[in-house]
Amino acid sequence: MNSRRTIYRRFKSRTILGLMAFTFLLALVPLVSLLWTLAANGAATVTPHFLTASWAPVGENGGIAHAIAGSLSLLALASVVAVPLGLANGIYLARRAPTRLAHLTRLLLDVTSGIPAIIVGVFIYTVVVRREGFSLGIGFSMVAGGLALAMIMLPIFARTSEEAIRAIPRAVEEAGLALGLPRRRVILRIILRAAVPSIFTGLFLSLARVAGEAAPLLFTAFGSNDWPASPLKPVSSLPQLLFDYARQPFDELVRQAWGAALVLVAIILLIRTATFVYLRWRYSKGASIA
Amino acid sequence: MRALSTNLAAGDVAFGAGISVASLRAGFGEHTVLKDLRVKIQSKALTAIMGPSGCGKSTFIRCINRLHEETPGAWVRGSIELDGEGVYDTTVDPVELRRRVGMVFQRPNPFPNFSIYANVAAGLRLNGMRKRRMLDERVERSLRRAALWDEVKDRLEKPGSSLSGGQQQRLCIARALAVEPEVLLLDEPCSALDPLATERIEELLLHLKREYTLVMVTHNIQQAARVADETMFLLLGELVEQGPTSQLFTNPRDPRTESFISGRFG
Ligand SMILES: Nc1ncnc2c1ncn2[C@@H]1O[C@H](COP(=O)(O)OP(=O)(O)O)[C@@H](O)[C@H]1O
Ligand SMILES: [Mg+2]
Repeated sequence: MNSRRTIYRRFKSRTILGLMAFTFLLALVPLVSLLWTLAANGAATVTPHFLTASWAPVGENGGIAHAIAGSLSLLALASVVAVPLGLANGIYLARRAPTRLAHLTRLLLDVTSGIPAIIVGVFIYTVVVRREGFSLGIGFSMVAGGLALAMIMLPIFARTSEEAIRAIPRAVEEAGLALGLPRRRVILRIILRAAVPSIFTGLFLSLARVAGEAAPLLFTAFGSNDWPASPLKPVSSLPQLLFDYARQPFDELVRQAWGAALVLVAIILLIRTATFVYLRWRYSKGASIA
Repeated sequence: MRALSTNLAAGDVAFGAGISVASLRAGFGEHTVLKDLRVKIQSKALTAIMGPSGCGKSTFIRCINRLHEETPGAWVRGSIELDGEGVYDTTVDPVELRRRVGMVFQRPNPFPNFSIYANVAAGLRLNGMRKRRMLDERVERSLRRAALWDEVKDRLEKPGSSLSGGQQQRLCIARALAVEPEVLLLDEPCSALDPLATERIEELLLHLKREYTLVMVTHNIQQAARVADETMFLLLGELVEQGPTSQLFTNPRDPRTESFISGRFG
């Protein structure tokens, strides 16, 4: 029956669909043009040689492998610091009766997440890198860079861990206690394991967030033309290489900066896609669990 | 009728290794839920606990395995004896007690991200049992006892959550049985299940009560009539009446029991 109401409804639903399609396209424009610009300027540079060779003097066809390796080691180091701290915090914030200390911790984490990345870099410089005054005095190094990235990761990761653990129903905890397991073991071996998929998601997302940061590394990891050799030596990274090369007067280095930009975005998209695929796999019914 | 049933009354049964509850009071903060409860629960039998919502049935059975005290603000006074030993004695470790007194909850709650096998083995593994052969054996035995083995033996590595509701509840029973308790507490174990799944669980309970002391909260009078040897009726945190199920239903001594059975409240 084609009553007026049906016609009106159809009109309404079509209008809304149209609007949705329009917004979608609108959101697509910046993303596509960004990827297009990167690809147009960087694709030619990204060759297998570019990805596997280390720095070389201008004119000798160097690569960015040292920066890729540097970025990966910085991210690994940042995870080693941020993951245990973030998990401990997440467990503490999610499972304890909310004490004043828990509120304070959450407030501190929230404030930390609002600190500009460059300031985090300066802070780590002051208390870790600097060779005089109240400082660890270890100099520009992978460790310092990793700590700076960890400090940016931590609030994000702790928050997502807290949410992940909080999402596990209390019934699960009670079932564990009812089996005659001490509470600590129930939390560490059952609740944490139940929360693993969401915890991993949080980890990947916080990694993707810091992977592109140059600012916190300027005063900490410092940058280097060599492969990462020691945790106590300066180290290169993709964002910082990009920042350094893009300001050089040599066409070759500017081209390499474009290539590095493309690789960096590819790595971040890869991390995000991996997260997505992992979740799909994890939640797909019937997946086997060891 | 009345005369006939008296020789079956609760006091006459020999309680060897049952549960004996005396002047039990429990609650949350200011709120007293259980008021001076005094009951005896037979060993190797199924005792049903009935009563309207909020009368303290869950609170009561959670006092037996001391899960009640894990809720912030919860408190308990009085005594519960299991095999003559005070559950609330200072020498008793609640964690160890819970290995002797298992529990199955209202909603099936398999551990997320644990396979069927890992769910059943959890209580053993997390208490330090490592030998794969022993674990395999215990898992199989527990799943058989929970009448689930034949349905899952080919997919033990699938997530526990991939099972149907009724299967999940039997998985939870197997998980509880794996640590070899003497007592199994069941808090409305069928209330989230369809009639067919409920029937399977009831069948299972009829088998289990030969070996275990079962205490089951249920809302369903027919269910209590089908499976329970003894039934107790709670109202507002007090015991109204306890007795052999058939007597309680056909010939209640207390008018309040009678009106509950005839559906006037609950
Ligand atoms: N965690 C809790 N905190 C405070 N009061 C509670 C809590 N759990 C249950 N109660 C109260 O205790 C009373 C008994 O609850 P419960 O034992 O769950 O009843 P039943 O299982 O018979 O329905 C109810 O009045 C309920 O509101
Ligand atoms: Mg209840």
